[in-house]
Amino acid sequence: MVTCINDALYPDTGRAVVTLLRRLGVEVEFPESQTCCAQPMVNTGYLDEAVPVVRNFVEAFEGYDAVVTPSGSCAGCARHQHAIVARRGADPALAAAVEATSARVYELSEFLVDVLGVTDVGAYYPHTVTYHPTCHSLRMLGVGDRPRRLLERVRGLTLRELPAADQCCGFGGTFAVKNAETSVAMGSDKARHVRDTGAEVLVAGDNSCLTHIGGLLSRQQSGVRTVHLAEILASTEGAAR
Amino acid sequence: MSATFVGMPAFPAAAHAALGNAQLRHNLAHATGTIRAKRQRLVDELDASCSWEELRLAGAGVKESALVDLGTHLERLEETLTANGATVHWARDAAEANAVVAAIVKAHGVDEVVKVKSMVTQEIGLNEALAAEGIAAWETDLAELIVQLGDDLPSHILVPAIHRNRAEIREIFLERMAAAGRPAPADLTDEPAALAAAAREHLREKFLRAKVGISGANFAVAETGTLVVVESEGNGRMCLTLPEVLVSVVGIEKVVPTFHDLDSLLRLLPRSSTGERMNPYTSTWSGVTPGDGPQEVHVVLLDNGRTNALADEVGRQALRCIRCSACLNVCPVYERTGGHAYGSVYPGPIGAILNPLLKGVGHDDQVDSLPYASSLCGACFEACPVRIDIPSVLVDQRAKVVDAHRGGRPKVEALAFKGAAVALSDSRRLGLGERFTGLGLRIGRRFGASKWTSARDLPPAPRESFRAWWRRTEGGGHGG
Repeated sequence: MVTCINDALYPDTGRAVVTLLRRLGVEVEFPESQTCCAQPMVNTGYLDEAVPVVRNFVEAFEGYDAVVTPSGSCAGCARHQHAIVARRGADPALAAAVEATSARVYELSEFLVDVLGVTDVGAYYPHTVTYHPTCHSLRMLGVGDRPRRLLERVRGLTLRELPAADQCCGFGGTFAVKNAETSVAMGSDKARHVRDTGAEVLVAGDNSCLTHIGGLLSRQQSGVRTVHLAEILASTEGAAR
Repeated sequence: MSATFVGMPAFPAAAHAALGNAQLRHNLAHATGTIRAKRQRLVDELDASCSWEELRLAGAGVKESALVDLGTHLERLEETLTANGATVHWARDAAEANAVVAAIVKAHGVDEVVKVKSMVTQEIGLNEALAAEGIAAWETDLAELIVQLGDDLPSHILVPAIHRNRAEIREIFLERMAAAGRPAPADLTDEPAALAAAAREHLREKFLRAKVGISGANFAVAETGTLVVVESEGNGRMCLTLPEVLVSVVGIEKVVPTFHDLDSLLRLLPRSSTGERMNPYTSTWSGVTPGDGPQEVHVVLLDNGRTNALADEVGRQALRCIRCSACLNVCPVYERTGGHAYGSVYPGPIGAILNPLLKGVGHDDQVDSLPYASSLCGACFEACPVRIDIPSVLVDQRAKVVDAHRGGRPKVEALAFKGAAVALSDSRRLGLGERFTGLGLRIGRRFGASKWTSARDLPPAPRESFRAWWRRTEGGGHGG
């Protein structure tokens, strides 16, 4: 599951996941019928509108051993919210399909560490980075320190501690526009903490949060880049980004 | 006091004013940061001996067991309270509860009462209702006194004057205490000890004079007919023991089945609220004790929307709330906006679910805005001592807000989501894969891109979408 945002705006992240997983010996498919996990609808309250999207999701990913996604938020939606949507659809067949599919959905760092059993993915990334643990990966999925363990094994990479790392960046999906000012206030504090680390790169496991923080860092001419975890893990010597 | 939450604007507009107040932002960041750290130390300390999670499960279990069979426990509570010499009153809503209290006060021919800090009496607007009957209700909790003297509104459940710093408090005391009773000393400084001493002198007169005390209750034990008030200052105990008459307004969700059930809750509450192992004063009373304390004891059991909340399959867990404020203190939204933006005596994450549950959605834009006043980061659920899954209730309440407005003239947002549902339910409907690239940005523009770009840059659109790349290179097999 590449996710709609990565498909549309961050194809490099999707390509990095393909590169990384193939390098680790995984057979990778991209079911082209996939669209979106329906999280924007669910989290804004549009459950009826989410039903056909979730139906499409389970049909697209039926029959695969694992559904891997470079997003804690989308994985969280599939694992914890698709059942709510299926109940709304009052469709037992959809509920059964959701149950079967959601159990096989993994956020990228979970799949690498828990399923493949690797923390050293052979990556090389000669930059100073700081890591923001996104809320849904941290609290909805409980990925814990998996992303950090992966980053710590990347050659050439210097990891800087992010102050108040576990506080939300303020993205929050439609929260970012419905409550834009509060969202920006939260994001500005996050951006300040990022700048304080002196890192050149901010890494996270969700491009949605990075779009928000990166948008602020860019507006502030901070010189800090935002890069998805998958792109760092996919980088190798000779092909470093 | 004329300050009121009635007629407050919806959350985004109310937050706008708060976000621009640098002093407020500074006060809140400092106060919530301090209390967060204190709480965390005590939670971590507990994990070393017995598990915090086990204690949370026990607390949630107690409250849940009470709610599952609420009617039975309430009837038992009425029996035991009555047997203990208390008079039990039932109130369906704020107006009924206020009328009961006012009638009791007037029956004793007094024009003033002293109050223990209580959320429920603020919820029903008791002070204003009593004022309308010519009865002055004096707040005796230090922070509530600051709010009352300042003709202000509470902005936090536990520390209602959290938005004030000590310099502001000194000014309020100097300017307003004289009109309410004993004035503050003219040479009052902003040292915390001096401020507390001024409040003590001011309040002592009221404690010694008052014939009627009014309280809420943190817990009501059905088995023994016991009410419990947990506090820090001892001012509550003054109100509970000195007056001849005591009237307690208690939300029906405060009942717990047995005295033993207090065990987990009295360990969870102080750790989660003030960041203490134990609070300084825990007062318990079971009706009337002859010759000791108030000789006339009334208990007003209040619904005021609680049975509506109880009927909500997802939202009913909000009735487990023990008003500790841990969710406020960890909330990144609350930390930036403060409590007034929520337009209710119940602010923060718990207020964002409790208000719509108690008041219902679909008829007031302010209430309807509250479930959206969250980034759904989940810090509140993580901190909640009775494991209320606030993010899930928020999402469920959002669906109820949207459903309440279905059928009317659809908003731009509703049309956008309907369009998105059609487009996203079949990738072929998107036509060429490339068209998918612009969809997100197009929806974004329809949905208020200016709200995004006022402070944030948008990323540049890529040359091709992921699916276009996948198709062109046949899965990255060549030319990738």
